[in-house]
This record gives sequence, structure tokens and C-alpha cells, in this order.
Amino acid sequence: MFPTSFEYHRATSVAEAVAMLGEHPDAKILAGGHSLIPAMKLRLAAPAMLVDLTRVAELKGVTLGDGVATIGAMTTYDELRFAEGIADAFPAIPEAINVIGDQQVRAHGTIGGALAHNDPAADLTAVFLALGGRVEVAGSSGPRTIDGEDLFVDLWTTSLEPDDIITRVILPLAADGARSAYRKHAHPASGYAVVGVAVAIEAAGGVVSKASIVVTGATSKPTHAAAAEAALAGKAFDADSLAAAVSIAADGLEINGDPYASEEYRSQLIKVLTRRALEAAMSR
Amino acid sequence: MADAIAGVARTQVTVTVNGQERSGNVEPRTLLVHFLRDDLGLTGTHVGCDTSQCGACVVTVDGVTTKSCTKLAVQADGCSIETIEGLADGTNYHPIQDAFWEKHGLQCGYCTPGMIMSAKALLERNPDPSEAEIRHELEGNLCRCTGYQNIVKSVQYAAEKMRGAG
Ligand SMILES: Cc1cc2nc3c(=O)[nH]c(=O)nc-3n(C[C@H](O)[C@H](O)[C@H](O)COP(=O)(O)OP(=O)(O)OC[C@H]3O[C@@H](n4cnc5c(N)ncnc54)[C@H](O)[C@@H]3O)c2cc1C
Ligand code: FES
Ligand code: FES
Repeated sequence: MFPTSFEYHRATSVAEAVAMLGEHPDAKILAGGHSLIPAMKLRLAAPAMLVDLTRVAELKGVTLGDGVATIGAMTTYDELRFAEGIADAFPAIPEAINVIGDQQVRAHGTIGGALAHNDPAADLTAVFLALGGRVEVAGSSGPRTIDGEDLFVDLWTTSLEPDDIITRVILPLAADGARSAYRKHAHPASGYAVVGVAVAIEAAGGVVSKASIVVTGATSKPTHAAAAEAALAGKAFDADSLAAAVSIAADGLEINGDPYASEEYRSQLIKVLTRRALEAAMSR
Repeated sequence: MADAIAGVARTQVTVTVNGQERSGNVEPRTLLVHFLRDDLGLTGTHVGCDTSQCGACVVTVDGVTTKSCTKLAVQADGCSIETIEGLADGTNYHPIQDAFWEKHGLQCGYCTPGMIMSAKALLERNPDPSEAEIRHELEGNLCRCTGYQNIVKSVQYAAEKMRGAG
């Protein structure tokens, strides 16, 4: 099937795209198109105008420096995972991207699109939150920064205003090397996460100074496994603390069940995937 | 495709397909796959689903592997596109086409153009993939006939031939 009629505008700069969104309240940003176009084909979405960002050069590219990685919102999954320094600084990123969709989704989907869309079963949303990321946003009210903790609101819902554009994603480089990992149980038909777990651990001198464990797929939005994080904080990062954290990884989370995967099954997967992700992080 | 429905704005799109410049007038909502099939008559690129999941429509756009059902024709303006029709030189088949013939990588053939275009993208990035890598990289291409075994064998055979030739 094909979408309902709409107007198309190819933006050449962020300023122009912001202006278009301001003038046309029914307009939507078109990024990689791999969530929006399928939704439009099924007529689940019918925007009156698309503002295409794919040729806005200033939204592309990855740089590492000043203690952060700065990633243009229109950087595709493939461009991101193969960008110099990314796999070393954030091993969870190529791990997650390798299991997103398929070859074509990885070639076209963008980090900005993934975060703005906030699919409850998306992969990179959890990694972004675990890594302590934030986004820079341009909109009619001027540029601002939104902390990752304030970005995701609910299923497919973020704190972005309708005319906001994510321009850059900022990820802090860990002081103590790169102990992050992502593990996923993919739905056999859709490939999306039934459950995914992203972890980022800082443990200078063997003691955990920062533990971030974020669950996707099971919850309405990417959510910290706060009980497991607390169990690791201040402890030696070893087999005992790991086992203690894993045993309570699903505690306190509001877990969704559906006919494919019950709440109970997802709780179990959260534990299994938390263990695998923490073991991978520990080996780094 | 019916020309100019009253009141719907159309845009001129010019692309280079398999080395040849082609243009047409499309509505913004025209998907690239429909432009290729209905306006340019290149029906080797198939449509197998409504949900961007089957891969029957895979082409390359400026060298990037692309589901042509998930890209608007207007987005491809000025781009260089390769479709399944561009692979053979007369009856001289591309090594991947030969391999699908030799190793029985197709039955009904519906998935084959997309499968071959995805295999080509995979082999350009990784000329010597393992069986697991082939299966992983072809996850976006669904086949309802073969059970995939012979598709994997075809890609392995093509990889070997192409490494030998290169
Ligand atoms: C077959 C298939 C399988 C998939 N499997 C997975 C999977 O396993 N895991 C997974 O995580 N995802 C999966 N996806 C989704 C894919 O990752 C999407 O590409 C991604 O969710 C959205 O990114 P995009 O660049 O394509 O955004 P688009 O589809 O272009 O946009 C999505 C939404 O975000 C808005 N938007 C986009 N960019 C911005 C921006 N910079 N600022 C503000 N708003 C913006 C758009 O207006 C739109 O509402 C799959 C998709 C397909 C088609
Ligand atoms: S037609 Fe099925 S993915 Fe394009
Ligand atoms: S050969 Fe029939 S769908 Fe693949």
C-alpha cells in the first residue's frame, strides 16, 4: 500500500527545517524513514507534510573529544557503529546495532529517529540511557539540551515539542574505560526486542562507582533496573555482586505482558539478559 | 500510472538507473518501488509486503542497500540506482545470478531479485562471509519456498567465484 497524500519538502539546513515545522503544524520530520514510512503505508500515520532531513549535512557525523562523543542526529546506524573510536569507547553501541532489524534498516535508520520515535521495543534507546546520554534540540523556542532521563515519557512518546528537532546526541566518555554491553532476545518475526538490556559500569580500582542497567522491550519506555543498580553500587565488581544484582533485576519494574511473551517470561528474560550483559561488561 | 490526478501536485524526478538517465513526474507519496515498476517499467524489483519486512524490493541507491518500498521516489532525485536488471550484461549473468542458478537458490523466484541485491551488498562489504554472517545479513529477505539452505549455498558459491575472479 502507499501513504495518503502529503506535501514534501527537502530541507537543506536545520534552521530551514525548524521554520517549516513552525509554519506547518501538521508537518513531520522524515529521517531514515524506517518507522515513519511503514506507518504511513499502513495509514497509521498521515502527516500533511514531510520535512526530509536526509540531505542536511550539518546533522551528520561523529566526533570524539572533550570527554564526550558528539553524534549528528542523522548519522545512520551503520555510520555510527563503524565511526572511528565508537566501538572502543562504547562497545554496547555496535552490539546493539548489529541486532537491529536487518541490513537495510541498519543502512538507513538514524540515531535521532530512533530516540525521537521511542518505540518501546527499540534497542538504541536503552543503550543511550545506560550511557548517560543527552540530546541537543533545535526548535521555535531556540536550542536547548534535554537529559536522557527526561526524554522518554511513555510508549512512542517523548518530551520533544512538535516543532523540535534533535540535532545532536551527546554521550559522555566513561572515566574508567568502556565497560558497556547490550544483550537482546529478539522477537522471531519482527526482530524487535522482546527484552533488551543495556549496561554501563564504572569500576575504577575494582569498586563500582557507577552502575547503569536499562531495560527495553519489557517496559513502556526504556527503564532503569534500579534495584539491580543499587545492589552493585559501592561493591566490588565480581561474581557475587553480579549474582546479587541479577537476582533482583526485574524487581520494581512495571513489566508488560502480551500473547507472545507473558509478564513472567519477560521478568525471567530480564534476569538472564542482565546477567549476560554484566558478564560481558566485566570481561572488558 | 495514471497521469496527473486533478489537484495533486507532482514533482519531476530524475535518476540514473543502471547507468541510464530516466525521469518521471511523481506525487510525493509515490514509493521508489512503484516509480521503478510503474513509471520506468522495471518490474524485476518486486513488492512482497506492506510492512517493509520482506526485502523483495531491495535495490541500491547511491551504493547503499535500500528497500525501495521504504523510500519515496522524490527522495531519490539525482541519485544513482542499481536494480536487478542492471546486473547481467546481455546473457552474461552476474556471478551471484549464476550461483543462484547453479545451486538452486530459487524456486518461484519472487524473492530472488531482492535476495540477490542484498547478497551483492553483503559481498561488497564482506567478500568472505561465514554461513552465520550470510544468514544474519540476509535476515531482511524473506523466502517462502526454499527454506534458505540453497540460498546460503548460492551466496557461498558466488563469494568463492567472485574472490577467485578478483
Ligand atoms: C523491518 C524493520 C525492522 C526493524 N527492527 C528494529 C529493531 O530490531 N530494533 C529497533 O530498535 N528498531 C527497529 N526498526 C526501526 C528502525 O530502527 C527505525 O529506523 C528507527 O526506529 C527510526 O529511525 P528513522 O531514522 O528511520 O526515523 P523515521 O522513521 O524517519 O522517524 C521516526 C519518528 O521520529 C521523528 N524524527 C526522526 N528524526 C527526528 C529528529 N532528528 N528530531 C525529531 N524528530 C525526529 C519522525 O518525525 C518520526 O515521527 C525496524 C524497522 C523496520 C522497517
Ligand atoms: S516490499 Fe516488502 S520490504 Fe519492500
Ligand atoms: S523462491 Fe519463492 S519466495 Fe523465494
